[in-house]
Amino acid sequence: MSELAIELKGIDKSFGLVHANRNINLKVRKGTIHGIIGENGAGKSTLMSILYGFYQADHGDILINGQKVNIRDPNAAIAAGIGMVHQHFMLVENFTVLENIMLGAEESQILNAGITKARAELKRLEKEYALEVDPDAVIEELPVGIQQRVEILKALYRKADILILDEPTGVLTPAEADHLFRILGQLKDQGKTVLLITHKLREIMAITDEVSVMRRGEMVATRTTSETSVEELAELMVGRRVLLRVEKGEAKPADVKLSVKNLTVRDSRGVTMVDDVSFDLRAGEIVGIAGVAGNGQSELLEAISGIRRAKSGMVLLNGRPVDVTGNADPAELRKCGLAHVPEDRHHVGLVLKFEESENAILGYHDDPKYRKGFTLDIDAIRAEAEEKIAAYDIRPPNPRLKTANFSGGNQQKIVLAREMERNPDVLIIGQPTRGVDVGAIEFIHRRIIEMRDQGKAVLLVSVELDEIRALSDRILVMFAGRVVGERAPDATEGELGLLMAGVEGPKEAAE
Amino acid sequence: MDFFQVFIELAQSTVRVSTPLILAALAGLFTERAGVFDIGLEGKMLGAAFAAGCVAYITQSVYMGLLAAIVVSVLLSLVHGYASITQRGSQIVSGVAINFVVAGSTVILGEAWFKQGGRTPALSEDGRFGTIHLPFADALRDVPILGPIYSGLLSGHSPLTYLAFLMVPASWWILYRTRFGLRLRAVGENPGAVDTAGISVIWLRYRAVICCGILCGIAGAYLSLSAGAGFTKGMTAGKGYIALAALIFAKWRPKNILFACLLFGFLDAFAIRYQGFAFPLIGKVPVQLMQALPYILTVILLAGFIGKAIPPKAGGVPYVKER
Repeated sequence: MSELAIELKGIDKSFGLVHANRNINLKVRKGTIHGIIGENGAGKSTLMSILYGFYQADHGDILINGQKVNIRDPNAAIAAGIGMVHQHFMLVENFTVLENIMLGAEESQILNAGITKARAELKRLEKEYALEVDPDAVIEELPVGIQQRVEILKALYRKADILILDEPTGVLTPAEADHLFRILGQLKDQGKTVLLITHKLREIMAITDEVSVMRRGEMVATRTTSETSVEELAELMVGRRVLLRVEKGEAKPADVKLSVKNLTVRDSRGVTMVDDVSFDLRAGEIVGIAGVAGNGQSELLEAISGIRRAKSGMVLLNGRPVDVTGNADPAELRKCGLAHVPEDRHHVGLVLKFEESENAILGYHDDPKYRKGFTLDIDAIRAEAEEKIAAYDIRPPNPRLKTANFSGGNQQKIVLAREMERNPDVLIIGQPTRGVDVGAIEFIHRRIIEMRDQGKAVLLVSVELDEIRALSDRILVMFAGRVVGERAPDATEGELGLLMAGVEGPKEAAE
Repeated sequence: MDFFQVFIELAQSTVRVSTPLILAALAGLFTERAGVFDIGLEGKMLGAAFAAGCVAYITQSVYMGLLAAIVVSVLLSLVHGYASITQRGSQIVSGVAINFVVAGSTVILGEAWFKQGGRTPALSEDGRFGTIHLPFADALRDVPILGPIYSGLLSGHSPLTYLAFLMVPASWWILYRTRFGLRLRAVGENPGAVDTAGISVIWLRYRAVICCGILCGIAGAYLSLSAGAGFTKGMTAGKGYIALAALIFAKWRPKNILFACLLFGFLDAFAIRYQGFAFPLIGKVPVQLMQALPYILTVILLAGFIGKAIPPKAGGVPYVKER
């Protein structure tokens, strides 16, 4: 048993009535990658913020390398050798990499003296940890993966021995995530201690040595990763058995409900994002669109749902043509039986400052049943919202609460409830479980399959390949704007992965 | 040669009119780059001009006047800072409030103390800033072309004018070459980055606001101790707002601020000189239109000619630790 890098004893923290951390004990061994998992709101971020000096614990002790330390502010944390990579990067976007790294560690009143030194030190760090980055590049022009690397360099520049990463893969593509894991492995080999906070079980299994599970503010278990399983961890996180793969019967495809023919979509810069895509979607089936983010899936969804104008092509909804190249009207499409759960619920799906009941009718607010004379029938709206809250187990069950105060999973349920309960013929869903807890994922997946079994046509887009494989009856793979292949859901991950990477090329395009 | 003479005279009054604009715009630069929007430049300048007028008259010392101007302006800045940094109030409301309070109280206090309709008594030579004559200004006056430029344009201004023009490169140096400047610019873009780097966001923003107060104080002192001989009611006459327009027009960059202020100063000088003048083809231009020119120009230029002016990203938003 090697010595401990971090030891937390009885950490307790409340915000008003919310007891965010209850008597937390944690031991992290030096030179290991230690995972912390838990659902949204389980208290992971609060605990890390306490460790980084953003908040002070109400009770409890923090020991770093066996020494009791008082972490009053981030300065004290830095001095104790703790570095943090935040979920939302703490970078100044119009500064260069070098300026960002120097900020707060400039060494002298006048910059010039420090710059040469910082440049040399950065060179050394880059070499030592194989973290190449151009010191003079401006942050906002760098891809997110590189920006994250700058965050890691920032911590290393301040001589951090303990690195905390808060949900680091949320913004990364799978390839970038793999690269990050290699970097973390290297850091570990160099003797650094890494604390990885996530709610993605696969990541935990892939790279951690040990894992601690939090649930509702408490640390419920610590396991050695090699001796545990995804199923056990999921159960510990949620507090009950979780089905990671939902049961589903044979699909019974019927009539074609949505038909996409030779659809081509360009983005605002004129780049072709969707290139001559055709497919049919039948009642009673789920068609999944797999692909690495940014290969045209988003634009495809937007064009079909009338949010983005297509360059050319045709879309038939229930056999009737939709004016996708002209003035397709999302409201009109809804009336024709199309429901859309957008990929980005924060920007497109919800108004976060509205109360839950208002979001529950967003887009359907002109329905006469919500009308009372010239005004909205607030009582009817709230009553209906309460029904949906019960049916979808949305928590907290309060239709008057501001939507921003719901967790990501519950926000997603609000959108799903709104769109599914309209009883549409065609349901288009983008990233149904992005940022959603394990427990809620199971629920959402079951709902989607229920929709199919009721004879709805479901088009599913997700960057999570597991999700696509678990739900779809047919899988279309998109690469560089084209559908490069169609596979059955039992196709291997490797086979789909190759298609997603464009390795087999567009020659084998479906049909 | 007649045209040249007119040019020199116009240029000289441009420099004079631009002085308070430059100082006020640089003042705004410091707070706004730190993420605290300040619509109260006008009020701070006016308060400073009043304080300078009163104290210079009473003490008969121009330096005491300048000091008083700076003190009052810094105090007003701290009020703005307290409201918008500590109490996280609306920066616009706080700034507007300062403008109103100062506009009213200077007149009331002036009337109560001096009984001259809100003015402060006219200052004698000792109570005002004189002009600095550069060496050999008289000797070189008759040299063709260069003479008038040196003696007429470059020489013979208030020390505060020279200070204002020196403050442009000095501000650039502070913002871009010192640790304070790096942190100040960072806190206006992403205070979270500053906070996580272990630097106090609050203290940093207060220091920026104090810098603003000092520069606004000098701008105000220039109005009552240099351009005028004492304080008159509402003597800033919208210069704070023009400085704000210049700041946006200059995209929050020191060098651009110089040119923007000179341009607005020129339009002002032009408007003063050609009041009631009948232009060929156009005829008489109403004086109001001339005075509105800087504002019209800002709108036109911002709308299309200078591209997008991107304000500091965290501007106007009080910093609250994420929860």
